[in-house]
Amino acid sequence: MVEFTINGKKVEAEKDEAILDVAMREGFDIPTLCYHDTLGSDGRCRLCVVEVRKGNRKRIVTSCLYPVENGIEVLTESPDVLLVRKTVLELLLARCPDSEVIRYIAKEHGVSNTRYAKDNDKGKCILCNLCVKTCEFNVGVTALGMSGKGPAKKVTTPYGEPSRVCIGCGACVAICPTGHIYMEDRDGVRMIWNKRFELARCPKCNRYHAPVEQLEFIAGKSGTPIEELLICPDCK
Amino acid sequence: MEVDTAAINTIIDKYGKDKSYLLAMFQDVQRQYRYLPKEAIQYICDRLHIPFSKGYEVATFYASLSLTPRGRHTVHVCLGTACHLRGGPNILDTFERELNIKKGETTENGLFTLESVNCLGACALAPLVRIDGQDYGKTTPGSVKKIINEYGESS
Amino acid sequence: MIASIEQLDGMAAEYKQKTGAYSKIVKICCGTGCISSGALRVYEKLNEAIAAERLTDKVLVKKTGCHGLCERGPIIVFGDDEILYQTVGKRNLDDDIRLLLKTVKDGTVVENLLYKGEDKTKRHVSPRDIPFYAGQTRVVLALNGVLDPEDIGEYISFGGYRAVHKALQMDPVQIIEWIQKSGLRGRGGGGFLTGTKWRSCRDASGEPRYVIANGDEGDPGAFMDRSLMEGNPHAVIEGMIIGGYAIGSNHGFIYVRDEYPLAVHRLSIAIEKAKEQGLLGANIFNSGFGFDIKIYRGGGAFVCGESTALMSSIEGKTGEPRAKYIHTVEKGLWDKPSNLNNVETWACVPHIINRGWEWFDSIGTPQSKGTKVFSLVGKVKNTGLVEVPMGITLNEIIFKLGGGIQGDKRFKAVQTGGPSGGCIPGEYLDMPVDFDSLTKLGSMMGSGGMIVMDERDCMVDVARYFLKFLVDESCGKCTPCREGVRRMFEIVDNICKGNGLKGDVEHLEELARAIQLGSLCALGQSAPNPVLSTIKYFRDEYNIHIEQKRCPAGVCKALTTFTIDPEKCTGCMRCAPECPVACISGEKKKVHTIDRSKCIKCGTCYDVCRFGAVKYE
Repeated sequence: MVEFTINGKKVEAEKDEAILDVAMREGFDIPTLCYHDTLGSDGRCRLCVVEVRKGNRKRIVTSCLYPVENGIEVLTESPDVLLVRKTVLELLLARCPDSEVIRYIAKEHGVSNTRYAKDNDKGKCILCNLCVKTCEFNVGVTALGMSGKGPAKKVTTPYGEPSRVCIGCGACVAICPTGHIYMEDRDGVRMIWNKRFELARCPKCNRYHAPVEQLEFIAGKSGTPIEELLICPDCK
Repeated sequence: MEVDTAAINTIIDKYGKDKSYLLAMFQDVQRQYRYLPKEAIQYICDRLHIPFSKGYEVATFYASLSLTPRGRHTVHVCLGTACHLRGGPNILDTFERELNIKKGETTENGLFTLESVNCLGACALAPLVRIDGQDYGKTTPGSVKKIINEYGESS
Repeated sequence: MIASIEQLDGMAAEYKQKTGAYSKIVKICCGTGCISSGALRVYEKLNEAIAAERLTDKVLVKKTGCHGLCERGPIIVFGDDEILYQTVGKRNLDDDIRLLLKTVKDGTVVENLLYKGEDKTKRHVSPRDIPFYAGQTRVVLALNGVLDPEDIGEYISFGGYRAVHKALQMDPVQIIEWIQKSGLRGRGGGGFLTGTKWRSCRDASGEPRYVIANGDEGDPGAFMDRSLMEGNPHAVIEGMIIGGYAIGSNHGFIYVRDEYPLAVHRLSIAIEKAKEQGLLGANIFNSGFGFDIKIYRGGGAFVCGESTALMSSIEGKTGEPRAKYIHTVEKGLWDKPSNLNNVETWACVPHIINRGWEWFDSIGTPQSKGTKVFSLVGKVKNTGLVEVPMGITLNEIIFKLGGGIQGDKRFKAVQTGGPSGGCIPGEYLDMPVDFDSLTKLGSMMGSGGMIVMDERDCMVDVARYFLKFLVDESCGKCTPCREGVRRMFEIVDNICKGNGLKGDVEHLEELARAIQLGSLCALGQSAPNPVLSTIKYFRDEYNIHIEQKRCPAGVCKALTTFTIDPEKCTGCMRCAPECPVACISGEKKKVHTIDRSKCIKCGTCYDVCRFGAVKYE
């Protein structure tokens, strides 16, 4: 058991827990965009920074990654923390001016405007990497990846072309914190990542419900007969 | 495009099919084709059981790899700090003017690709230009033409 | 195969006898610098000439590593520092070969090829007479210009691999104690105590352990490690074997920049030869300890010099750094305990083992021990590599060894620490060069690049340059570095273009602080340093750009115009043919004029004019 304080309040945690997990459990409000409880964190967005004081040393760390330690003092709203957090929000506001989520969080933190020229080529993507990770670890197909580096970095399928392995499941859409990923179902066809998927029709209710490729993928993985999977969840 | 899978297999085997040498394999393939063809990335990824998207991440992250065909000669104009101070940007400008292409482009006849590099480590001879591994030190806007001619005639 | 100290000494003796049989030894520098100046052709031609004179048995012509004085390459040294010739073959190769042959035959010193310093009356025959060399303390570079890096026997004949033998007789913990007591600190940038790092890695749980040499020398303006890997690769290998034994690791990796093909080539040969001799592989010196080394090439990504990014790259992935709340000595390469040191740090290790920690501890300052190699470049007269004791002043390095500023212009600043460092102005030239003093000045030691700037260099442009570099080289993983640095670039770029606004400098300071505090890795955390240090020492220059829309150094093109002073122009016809866009017109012995509509403001005319007639405003 590890004991330390958050904003002066004494808290207890298991060894190896990250500060963010403890803080959320204890009801402290720390913003984050790239953290996910099943996929962990890489420390990309830098919104969840906190100040950690140890003796007379202090440093800014990402709470999603920093393992708890006995006797540390954690401050979630010190001047340095607020400077980083507001700067990150102002920078993201300029990168993704159309993102309602970022506008909302920014406003909550007193950032209503950005001094920087607004980008028009990044969409709502903040490069949190959650879509890439869910595709790899939750779905298990790894159709997505990052390309390039620096400001030109983006999430994409190889060459931006329809991926051989994408099953059109839409897990990436569901996990994206800003609603960046485009997916459309129309007339029995799903479009996502420039790939066209035939949607399966439920033999009972006659409604389209999932891409055929996704059902085939599940059938292959689980051994469940495809005929069974063709029946939509509502009719099961 | 069709790639020579036998040659690529030789490269893969040279590194013992070890995934950690992915970048090295890409570099070796690029030496053959003067760029990294999509089909070669796909082929190597398949053989090493690496997802294509991960191979593409590596192929686009490293500046030394090119996904588009390069000219017969690649001109690297060094823009390290010492080269910057001693006129490197003027050398790049001069190449752009003389070859009538911008940085990152290839001449229409396919002879030259022009690129800049963030330091070649021969700073004492700034400004430096490297063409296909051959270094030219203490270049001036005047010497650029001469350097270009060396390659224009022989090939 | 060498399996005992007797066999090692035997090989050394054999080599000494072999070279002793020659009446003359000629050492031709074949580092990257001298090769690009034509050293290989000098080597070939000289060998041909010597063969034609039937002197092949008497004269040994050696290809060596970098001698350091790259500016004056190709460099040739006769015997044991008897004569140094410079710029050999630069005027006329055949003539110079004939002259060299004279020296070879009867020892005649050829005045034309000698180094000429400021003081024209002084003759500099031996490198020992040249201030550039006389002021140095060469430890790590001592054998760089002496031995043939592709011949392991040469290294052994100079005492090579004795340190490995000695270390293998010691207790691993004792070796770590020696390294600790020697005070050796990491030569790659951070200056972390090497002994402490080794101890942490040895104490970490997990098998196997890895030992890594960081040869991804990406700091622009720095090439110490290249020179070492090219010129004395066995020293790096020897240090790594000792480190591996001390830490309890049997696997070493050397990560080398893709831009250094010669270093990769020479290291590969060295590893192969060491394996052939049994100095790498299983059971070295019959000790039971085995060690192997693999080379990984980088891919032209500066960020891979950062330890976690480098390890990710060795794993075959992109070079994205990760948070180091759990250190790499505990969880590094493939999540195993990994000890990474810079190439130069590894090369110090055999010397400490051979000569004892007390010897190393006796050099340098209380907190920074030993010697450090710097690459002295930019607007200094003698550019090249210098190795000096820690604690020597910037003044000594730049003005004594470096010979002062080219064209006797005014010194303005020296940039150290690469894109993580800063610009140090003239008032601090008397500061000692060590890890802590440079950090106090808002710069850092970094890997040892020292770029000298003069009055014709604009500090705002320098800040812009580094920001551009960092925008290019950011991995893009975390928001402050990826987004913040490019916004800093936009602000500074605007200032350079004459669009700066009041308050921009304060805005830069605020953004810089957020990036320093909030970035994930050391690259991002230190990215604002070049801007902050130029603001700290040259704030006026920013203000002049913003308020008066002027660039005092005449560098920022949007704020500069070049004109020719009709009073001073002699019509010498020097500038017109040099102008890359042919915008200077005028007849011989008549005043020339610049067509401002065509001028690209490159400043070439200003630089070539010998009468001070070209002016900028």
